[in-house]
Amino acid sequence: MNNETRALSGRPVDDLTLDAVRVSEVGLADLRIHPQTLERQAVIAQQHGNPQLAANLRRAAELTELPDEEVLAIYEALRPGRSSAAELTTLAGSLADRGLPRNAALVAEAAEVYVRRRLARAAATSSLPPQPPASAHPEPGPSSPPPANSR
Amino acid sequence: MDAQRVNLDGFAAPDPSLGLVAMAAPADPAPSLVVNNGRVVEMDGVAEADFDSLDVFIARHGLDLDVAAETMALSDTDFARLLVDPFTPRAEVVRLTAGATPAKLARVLALLRPAELTMAMTKLRARRTPSNQAHVTNRLDDPLLLAADAATAAAFGFREVETTVPVLADAPSNAVACLIGATVAAPGVLIQCSVEEAAELELGMRGLTSYAETVSLYGTEQVFSDGDDTPWSKAFLTSAYASRGMKMRVSSGAGAEVLMAGAEAKSMLYLESRCVALARAIGAQGVQNGGIDGASVAASVPSGLRELMAENVMVMARNLESCSGNDALMSESDMRRTSRTLPIVLAGSDFVFSGFGSIQRYDNMFGPSNFNAEDIDDFLAMQRDWGVDGGLRTVPPGRLLDLRREAAQVCADVYRYLGLADFSHVDLAADAAGSKDLGETDTLAVLGAAQAIRHRGLTVVDIVAALDECGYPEYAERTLAFVRARLAGDYLQTSAIFDEQLSVLSLVTDPNDYAGPGTGYVPAPARQAEIDAIRQVRGVADLRRSQSALAVPGLLRPVGTACAGTSARDVVIGVSPALGADVWRCLSGASVADVLREMLAGLEEEGCVGRVVRFPATVDLGQIGLAAARLSGSGIAIGLQGKGTALIHRRDLAPLANLELYSVAPSVTLELYRLLGANAARHAKGATPDPARNPYSDEAIEARYHTTVIALMELERARVVPGAAPVELSLEGLL
Repeated sequence: MNNETRALSGRPVDDLTLDAVRVSEVGLADLRIHPQTLERQAVIAQQHGNPQLAANLRRAAELTELPDEEVLAIYEALRPGRSSAAELTTLAGSLADRGLPRNAALVAEAAEVYVRRRLARAAATSSLPPQPPASAHPEPGPSSPPPANSR
Repeated sequence: MDAQRVNLDGFAAPDPSLGLVAMAAPADPAPSLVVNNGRVVEMDGVAEADFDSLDVFIARHGLDLDVAAETMALSDTDFARLLVDPFTPRAEVVRLTAGATPAKLARVLALLRPAELTMAMTKLRARRTPSNQAHVTNRLDDPLLLAADAATAAAFGFREVETTVPVLADAPSNAVACLIGATVAAPGVLIQCSVEEAAELELGMRGLTSYAETVSLYGTEQVFSDGDDTPWSKAFLTSAYASRGMKMRVSSGAGAEVLMAGAEAKSMLYLESRCVALARAIGAQGVQNGGIDGASVAASVPSGLRELMAENVMVMARNLESCSGNDALMSESDMRRTSRTLPIVLAGSDFVFSGFGSIQRYDNMFGPSNFNAEDIDDFLAMQRDWGVDGGLRTVPPGRLLDLRREAAQVCADVYRYLGLADFSHVDLAADAAGSKDLGETDTLAVLGAAQAIRHRGLTVVDIVAALDECGYPEYAERTLAFVRARLAGDYLQTSAIFDEQLSVLSLVTDPNDYAGPGTGYVPAPARQAEIDAIRQVRGVADLRRSQSALAVPGLLRPVGTACAGTSARDVVIGVSPALGADVWRCLSGASVADVLREMLAGLEEEGCVGRVVRFPATVDLGQIGLAAARLSGSGIAIGLQGKGTALIHRRDLAPLANLELYSVAPSVTLELYRLLGANAARHAKGATPDPARNPYSDEAIEARYHTTVIALMELERARVVPGAAPVELSLEGLL
C-alpha cells in the first residue's frame, strides 16, 4: 500500500485504525476512494495496455465529487428512452460546467447517437428532472427470468 | 442406454435463423475495417452511417487504430497461431488484439481446437496465479447459515464470494453475514451481493461489499435495449462503481440473445465477440462469460462447449480479467458437466468458476452451479490428479466445523450487538448442510435486520466496531485492514484479487509470464503440498495403525517348524508372513480369524483335518500354496494372504497354477471361504468339485482397494525372512 494514500475525506488511510474506530472518528468519507488514487491507477492501467480502463478510472475520478443520488440519476438518464436528446445535451453541459469534462463528453456522445438509434425519449413528452430513482427500473435480478445474466 | 441421464439434456438442431449455432452463422459479417483520418468509417461490413449503438461505441472507443491495420491484415490462421504459439509473448497478442474488430476476433477464435484453446488460455489469462469464486446463498437468507457457508468457502480457498437473495430486501443482511463469515475464515476475500444496481452500489459504497459483476452486456442492440441499457449507460455505471472504489466486471455470454429471440441470425461466438469488444470499450476491467445463464443453450448445439471456452479466451486476448463461467448446471450428466469444466481447470483462469456452488444445489439462489458442494471432493481430486491449481484446498473436517461455528457465533453476536436481530441457532447453522436442516426460522427477523442495516445506514465501520465490542478485535482489525487496502485502489486493476496477506495479485503485480514448458505459473512447493494432501490420502503407516487396532494377541501362536503330514486327510492352510501378525482384517472387512475358522470348518464338513502353517519366506501366494501342498499329507493345500486372496493348490502343479482361486479379495464372503475349505477337502478325497466362482462386481474395485493392497503387501514384505522354514501355528486361538 502507498503511504500517501488518502481517503476522499483527505484523511491518510493509515489513520484508519481500530483506535480511531473506537472513538467513533471514522465516517463514510473516510471509506471513499480519493480521485488522485483513481488517477494514479489510471496511469498504471494505461501502462499495462488498457487505455479504456484508464479512461474509465478518470471518469470515475470526476464522479467522486458527486453525491450518490446524482450519480444514480445520471445513470438513469442514460438508460434507453429516459431522456430526450436536448435533455442529454443539457446534462452534458452542466457536467462540463462543473468540471466533469470526461463524463460530459460521454453524455454528449450519447445525445448524438440516441437520436439516430431511437434510444432517446421523444422530445414531445414531459421534461427530464427530477429523475426517478434507478431502483424503479431494476436490472432483472436472479429472481427474474432471462434475459439478464444474473450470475 | 435411454435411461442414462445424458438423455434428459436438450440437444437442439442447429438453426442459424434462431442464432442456434455456435461459431459461424451465414449471417455473421466478414471482418473489415476502414479508417479515414483517424475515424472508423466501416466496421465488419457496416458503413458508419448504419452503425448501431454497439458499433458506434466499439468503433469510437474500443479499437486501437494505431495497430488495427496490422491486425486486420493478418490472415485468420496466422492470427490464431499467435494465440497458441508459446513463443509469441502475451503482450504481443494483447497489442494486436486491440486492433481486431469483433468479426475478426470471432473468426480467429473459431479456428482454435480444444487443445489449442487450452494452450491459449494458459498463456493469455492476465493473472499468473489462478483463482476461484464461490456462490454462497440460501433459500431463507438465513444470516447464520450464510456466515457459516461463507466461512466454509473462504476456508476452501475461494477468493471471491458472491451472494444474492430470493427476497430483494434481505440484501444488506446477506452482504453483512457473508462479510463476517468470510472474514472469520480468511482475510481478503472479496464479497459481492448481486442485486439491482442501485442497491448493489449502495452496499459497495458502505463498504459492505467489494465487487460487482451483474452488469450485463448483450450482443445486439435490440436485446441490449430490452435489458434497459445502452453502451453509454453501462459505461457510466462502470465508472460509477470505480468512483466508489469498487471492483467490477461485466457479464455476457452465449445464449442470452437466443433466449430473447433476438440473435438476428448471428452465431453465438460473433455476438459474444461484440460483447467482449464492448466490455473493453467501456473500460470494464473484466468479463464474466462462458455462457453463464445461457450455457445450456450453447451446450445444446454442435461445438457448443468449444464456443464457451473460446469466449473466455477472447476476454483474455482483449487484456481483461476472465471469470470463466462454469456456474450453471449445463447437463444432468456428470460426465458432460465435467467435460465442460475440465479444460478450463487444466489451463487455469483468473476465476475458474464464476461461481462454484459451495452450498447445496437447492440453496443456490442463482440456480445450481455446474459444480456444487457435493462436488468439492471431486474437484480437489481433479486438482491433485492433474497437478494443477484450481484455487481450492483441503480443509480438515474438525477445522471446518470450528470455523463454521465461530462464523455463526460472531454473526449472531454482531447482529445482537447492533440490535439487528437476536438469533440463537448457532450450532444448528454450523452443523447444517443446507437451509433444510434449519427447520422453522424467523424470516421476518432477517427482513427486519436487513431493513435496519439499510435505514440506519450502517457501514463497514459499524461492523468493525461491533466485532471489536463483541470481543473479536482480531476480526475487527482484519476487516479494517481490508478497508485500507481497498482505498489504495490497486484492486481496481485487471484480474485483481487479494491474497491472505492482503497483497494484490493482478495483471500489474502478478502478470502471467507463460512462454512454454518450464515457464509460467507453477504452484509453490507449499501450495503443491496443499493440492496433493487431500483428506482421503492414506499411507502404509495409516494402514499399520488401523490394522494394529484390530490385533488379537496370541491368535496364531507359533509352535515350531512345520513338518510334512502323513494322513491322507491332512490339508495345510498356508498363510502369508504378516497374516495374524500385522494384518488382522482382509479387504472384504472379515477378520483373518473368521476366514481361517470358516476354512477349517469347510474342511471338517468334508471329513478332512486342517492345520495352519505360516510361510515367512515369500509373499507370493502361488509359492505359499505350492509349499503348503508339499507339506500336506493329502497333497492339497489352501493358500491365504492377509488381504484375503485365497487359492487351492496341489503339490504336483507349477507355482502359478492352481485348482481354484479367489482373486477378487474385497468381494469374498465368509460363506465362500467355507466353500473353498470344503472344495479343498473334496480335492483331497480325489473328487472333482464344482469350482468356487469369483464374485465379480461392476464397481471400481481396483480404484477403491489398490492403495490398500499396496500398503498391505508392504506389511507382508516387511515380515519376510528369506529362506526361513515354515512355522506350525497353534489353532487354540481360533477355537
